Amino acid sequence: MGNDIILFGLAGVIASGAPIVIAVIGETLTERAGVINLSLNGVILLSAMIGFWVAVETDSLFFGFLAGMVVGALVATIVAFSSITLKQSQVAVGFILAITCRDLAYFLGNPIMGSQGPIMLSTSIPFLKDIPILGRLLFQQSLMTYISIIMIGVAWFWIFKTRPGLMLQGIGEKPAAAYVRGANVQKMRYFYTIVGGALVGLAGPLYTLSVKPGWKGTITGLDGIGWIVLAITIFGGWNPIRAAFGAYLFAFLQWLGLVLQPYMTSIPSQVLQVAPFPLMILALLFVNMGNTEWMERLIASLPDKVRLRAVKILRSMQSRQPGALGTPFERQ
Amino acid sequence: MNKSRTRSISLLFQLGGLVFSLLFVSIILILVKSQPLEAFRLIWEGATGNATRISSVLVVWVPLLLVTCGLLSTFTTGMWNIGIEGQITVGAIFTTGVMRLFLETSLSPVLVITISILAGMIGGAIWAGLAGVLKTFGGVNEIFGGLGLNFIATALNIGLIFGAWSRPGVASMSGTEPFPEQFWLPTFQNFRVSIWSIAFAIIGLVIIYFMLQGTHFGLRLKAVGKGMKSAFRMGIPTWQHMMLSFIICGLFAGLAGAIQVTAVYHRLIPSISSGYGFMGLMIAMLINYQAIWLAPIALFFAALNIGGIQLPIVLKLDSSLTGVLQGSLVLFVMISQGVKQKFLGRK
Repeated sequence: MGNDIILFGLAGVIASGAPIVIAVIGETLTERAGVINLSLNGVILLSAMIGFWVAVETDSLFFGFLAGMVVGALVATIVAFSSITLKQSQVAVGFILAITCRDLAYFLGNPIMGSQGPIMLSTSIPFLKDIPILGRLLFQQSLMTYISIIMIGVAWFWIFKTRPGLMLQGIGEKPAAAYVRGANVQKMRYFYTIVGGALVGLAGPLYTLSVKPGWKGTITGLDGIGWIVLAITIFGGWNPIRAAFGAYLFAFLQWLGLVLQPYMTSIPSQVLQVAPFPLMILALLFVNMGNTEWMERLIASLPDKVRLRAVKILRSMQSRQPGALGTPFERQ
Repeated sequence: MNKSRTRSISLLFQLGGLVFSLLFVSIILILVKSQPLEAFRLIWEGATGNATRISSVLVVWVPLLLVTCGLLSTFTTGMWNIGIEGQITVGAIFTTGVMRLFLETSLSPVLVITISILAGMIGGAIWAGLAGVLKTFGGVNEIFGGLGLNFIATALNIGLIFGAWSRPGVASMSGTEPFPEQFWLPTFQNFRVSIWSIAFAIIGLVIIYFMLQGTHFGLRLKAVGKGMKSAFRMGIPTWQHMMLSFIICGLFAGLAGAIQVTAVYHRLIPSISSGYGFMGLMIAMLINYQAIWLAPIALFFAALNIGGIQLPIVLKLDSSLTGVLQGSLVLFVMISQGVKQKFLGRK
């Protein structure tokens, strides 16, 4: 394989990772506020279909993306209302919506199956595109891909370097303490759930208008992406930069599955296509193992020198979830 | 407030949920320029119109009931066993694999079927046990461990259908080579449903009902579900009970998979679990995790599934509409429950 082809493939990984990056950042914001939005798998499918539909009808990519965000925000509002206001189980509501939105997407999308729609083309950035290697990799992408890359930095800065970000960490970590300091916990949780949902809703049309153009019903191949986004959120330790790394890793594995296909004829191609999904989940195992009791005991029994190194490695992989994730907040 | 009044208010809110979901689906149907009443009538007739259709409903009802029975066990210990789909699939894979081993032997078909079904149950239990191990020893939340195992089960299933167990010459989405007829669970003459699978479903329901309601073991599972720490202090070995609840669930899911192979498809197909696992999760939520309403609600869901088949044939609508109806029903019942709790201030 020539270097050019590899470079072309890796640029494709950055592009096909874009929707996952955006969705993961959305879910990271939501979960940082202490709410789990489990509906992602359905939301991505529904927003992908509706975004595509709107783009076809209006012949405008912008309205397509906007429609996707509205869908994501609406579904997130249902999650927020039932879990924050009505105090129903977040997991239950999210799961129901994941299934219902998926079926709704397949039902409503039936008439537009196979339609031709607008496709987002790439826009090269002058001068930067001529940098060897990097230019091809990063600066000959579509507008949404640039936005996804910028978003990683913005989200990181927002969460860790600004006052509202500090407050966001507070309402997810110790809502009672944040409340005492004057934060309106319920309102902020609503806000971040809806904003996060809107971002997830942006990921859908990004598939149908750019990465995998068109709506093809059940064979669109987006079923499962939402679940992976949830896993990558954990893998990323609720940190946008690490989460983006996870998203690109997943996109890379998917590409690898395609590239290796001709060389691994003994494995059915269908297996290689689904392989990245379990691999990503296995990655969770490494991230979480350090938190378990037996691991702590094992490490404690190691000789000093090895132990220090083991602890260091484990700490660097570990991720700790926001303290109040998934629990409703009650004012006393 | 007397008890019967509380109960009737509760029922009222649940019916409210049903009405809202029907309204919601009607609005969607009007949006796609269809007649809601026509669609509902079609679904109803598609499920009850003649004896063949009713028997098809039962074909769906059996695995749905078994799967939900299993889920009641994991829900009792507070676990979200999303890995249920994979557990059904692995059950079906084990059943098919073992049956393939014994096809050429002189063992009686009855014995082969029995061994294969048992193998399926063990397969489901192993897969559920893995989700439990990931949770207990790997610190992986059971939702994500389960999802990962679902993906692996799917890959394994497709790999076998297109690889090692492919039909000679034509490996395809239609599945593996069908088993000879003597290895099928016997059905009523021309109908698709087997009396044996119905018997399994009823026995399963009775077992799970009494296990959860009437035994000390069921009580301990509940204690673990209510709160890990306090149950541990009471001297109940918590993680062992959690693992057991997973394994019990896996046995049921594996049985459902085994029935799909031995009584319904007579071979392994790519979508062998038919989404029954996720539907089972919804049913469990709708019946508020109590076995008492399981049989009729599962029958209702099964009827919707079979009735929905008519939608694409007659009205050119996608059959996923019934999924929307089922999902919105569970959602609206849950929301109306929440509204009741919030504004009437009762649990």
